[in-house]
Formats: sequence, C-alpha cells, structure tokens
Amino acid sequence: MSPMPYYVSPEQLMKDRADYARKGIARGKSILAIEGAEGIMLVAENPSSTLHKVSELYDRVAFCAVGKYNEFESLRIAGVRLADMRGFMYGREDVTAKSIANAYAQALGNIFTQEMKPYEVELMVAQLGEDQTTDELYHILYDGTVVDRQGFVAMGGQAEALVATLNEQYREGLTFDEALQLGTQALAGTDPTRTLATENLEVAVLDRSRPRRAFRRLADPDVARVLGG
Amino acid sequence: MSDWGADWTRAAFAPNSNPSFADLLRSTEPSALPTAGPGGGPGQPQTPVPQATTILALTFADGVVMAGDRRATEGYQIADRYIVKVFPADHYSAVAIAGAAGPAIDMVRLFQTELEHYEKVEGETLSLEGKANKLAQMIKQNFPMAMQGLVVVPLFAGFDVRKAAGRIFRYDAVGGRYEDSSYHATGSGGKDARSALRTSWFKGMSRDKAIRAAVEALTVASEEDVATGGPDLARGIFPVIATVTGSGYEEITDDALRPVVADVIGKVAHTGEEAPV
Repeated sequence: MSPMPYYVSPEQLMKDRADYARKGIARGKSILAIEGAEGIMLVAENPSSTLHKVSELYDRVAFCAVGKYNEFESLRIAGVRLADMRGFMYGREDVTAKSIANAYAQALGNIFTQEMKPYEVELMVAQLGEDQTTDELYHILYDGTVVDRQGFVAMGGQAEALVATLNEQYREGLTFDEALQLGTQALAGTDPTRTLATENLEVAVLDRSRPRRAFRRLADPDVARVLGG
Repeated sequence: MSDWGADWTRAAFAPNSNPSFADLLRSTEPSALPTAGPGGGPGQPQTPVPQATTILALTFADGVVMAGDRRATEGYQIADRYIVKVFPADHYSAVAIAGAAGPAIDMVRLFQTELEHYEKVEGETLSLEGKANKLAQMIKQNFPMAMQGLVVVPLFAGFDVRKAAGRIFRYDAVGGRYEDSSYHATGSGGKDARSALRTSWFKGMSRDKAIRAAVEALTVASEEDVATGGPDLARGIFPVIATVTGSGYEEITDDALRPVVADVIGKVAHTGEEAPV
C-alpha cells in the first residue's frame, strides 16, 4: 500500500472498505438458496445464459455468488481446484463445503485487509446431505466472515427484503417445484412493478436422487413449466 | 513439515487460467502423479505386477460397446478373478485398460478427474477428439514407466455428440493415437478377440447384436489365451460390458448378460458335449 498523506484510523479504513464492498454488492441482482425435501434449490436473477452465478464445485457441493463477475469467477475456479485436489488425494467423500468455505473465508479476509480494494462479492457454498437436517449452507461475506445458515440464504442487492419474505413463507420439506415458485415470487416481489421472465432466471439444484454428481441445471422450458403450473 | 492443506489452498487460489487438473497436480503435489519408481532401468527385470488382459470396443447403430474380461495375471499366476477394466471416463465416454494394472487404474482416475475438472472450470465438456488427445498425452508421460516394463495400453471410446456417432480410439505404448471406425481389441487375447469380431461385426448392427458380439469375442479369446478369463456361470463371473450412446454411459447388468453368456458359452465352448475319446 502506498504511504498515506494523512493519518486515517484503522476503524475508518475498514469502514470505508466495507462501505465500498457493500455498495458494489448492492448493485448486483439477487440469489436465493432454499433447502427442501428433494434437495437444495438455487435460484438467481441472471439475464446471461452463459455467464453463470450458480455452478458445481463437486459431487454434492455447489457455489453461488453475487457481485463482480471477474472476482467471483476466479474464486469459483479456486474452489473447483481445491475440491478436485482433495477428492483426488483423499477420497470423494472427503470434499466438504466446510473446508471450501473456510478457504474462501481466508482468501477474502486477506484480500479485504491487504489489497488495494476489497472484493465486491458475496459467496454461498451449499452441501447436500442425506436429508434436509444434514444440508449445509455457508454464507461468506466480502470481508471473510462465514455464517452457517439453516433453511435458506439470500444474497445480493435485495437480500434484506428477500430474507423478510422468506422468513414469513419458508417452511421445511418443500418440493423442488414449490421451492422454485417461492424463490421466484420472492425475487419478483422485491420490485412489484416488474415480472421475472424465465430467460432472466438461472436455476439449478443439488438433487438428492442423483447418485454421484448431484448438481443439475434446469433448462428454461422446465422452469417455465413449473412457474406456469 | 509441509502443511498440505495450506499448499493446496495457495495453489488453488493462485491466478491461473489453465483448466488442466494434471498440470495443477504436477505443480502442487508431483509425487501423486504416476511416475517411474527408482531403479529398474530399461530392459531390467521387473518385480511382477498384475497385468490386465483382454479389452475390446465396437461401434453399433446408436454408439459404442466396450467390454473387458475379469482376469488379471502375474506371470503364470492369476492375480485377480474379478478385476474391472472398463470405466466411465465421463458421461459420454468410456475407457478400458490393458497392461500393468496398477499404473493403468491410476491413469484412469487421473483422466476421469481431468475431464470433470475441465468441464467444471470451463463450463462445457471437451470434444471427444479433445478427450482422446488428452489421454494420448497421459500415455506419453507414462513413457519412462513403459521403458521399465510397466506398459499401459488403454482403449478409449465414446459418443461424439457433434457427429452423433460412436468412435473408438486405440493407443500404442508411446502414446500414438489411432482411430478405428469399426472395432478394436487389445491385451493378451486381443488378437483372438479381433478375429472373432472380424466375422461378427457389421456396420449399423443393433445394440443386442453388438453386446452378443462382445461376449462372443471375449469367450473366444478366453478359449485361446490363458491370460483371458472366460465368463463363468457357476461362480457368477461376467465380463464388464458398457454401452455409450446419446443417453450416456450405461453398464449392462449381470442379470441382463446371463442369458447371452449362457447361449454363447454353449456355442463357443461346446459345453454339454462329450469330450472325444
């Protein structure tokens, strides 16, 4: 870091960085992860069909991010590398969301305090369990804070409104269809003047019924069928 | 003491756009790569290691069939009666192994991880051609081991989604890659299996005919070659047979194979007939 002309207290420095990161994240579109009976539903508002915000890390582990694409994309690739490395050196069951979340937390924490500018990203690492009680959702903030959530996670510009909606409407044991309907309603509800077109949604699931690689993307027609019916 | 976890984390987060898992492993944990062990220069006698034997692949109307017998040998000993030599490489391809079993299985595991890693990092799968070339590079890297007698000769086959057809690739010990449009068999009983396939294979054959041809070729090979294990109904030893089509990799269950195997054994091995006096 270049020498500063004036004294800035550490509190002020951290606060400025946090404000900067938060502003960047608040501009981004939102993402929801919802646990259910059939697995974990991941719904993102994303107009691009090729630049993903939701992706696969390992057999039963998925990754979601909001914020600056180039920043979370490099973190996603790091997660894939870490997961494949562990899975190859040990065994496939030894790859856990917790260890990946911890690595992200360390990396983001270092970047937040040491780099010129903090990353404007928020991440979520989800791990599918045997049933809903053993599902794990880790929410990682721009400064490296990790929060272990239950039931659902909301990230992005409208996170607070989404959390408020889901606190009211979420219940355990949702099917994929129900979770997708709930998620889409919540995302659209953040701004009542617009409707969410299927093409603007990115939807994927961690599917409990799949034997090995549980991650599966839902194509637009499938999403439209669920939302239409 | 090296802290593996931290090393891996550092390597994982290092800025790098190379989607190859093998390269990542080489830079982080090179000892995990299959490499030549100490000693045992060219031509020197080797400690005997299990050798995987006959494998084959043939194309049919909807894709490819890949098959392998269940025997591994160590010199004149049987090392394994139940070894599996046919593996899914990814959703649309399969790989079968012949040669030194240990390094070959290692290579398959690395190859599977490599394909999955590429798919996750890039967000799309490699073309079938790309996968075949990747495997050739891995065999080339195994060359020092091949010089020590640990030769690995895999067979790679898959469904080419862009061409909507099954394709087969065979390799030599130094990584030469050749495409076969019809069928190929390799390993100790490969020559006998190829002779059988020469008469049974025809273009556009059905799935059932292709599976039967595979069972027949392996049974013929087991009748002629000591290192190839024939199907054994009494002990329930069936060859591993998989199809790769537009709907992906699918292994044929033993129950589905049982009637085919019973029929083939009767015809090829002439069971139930009295031996000549």
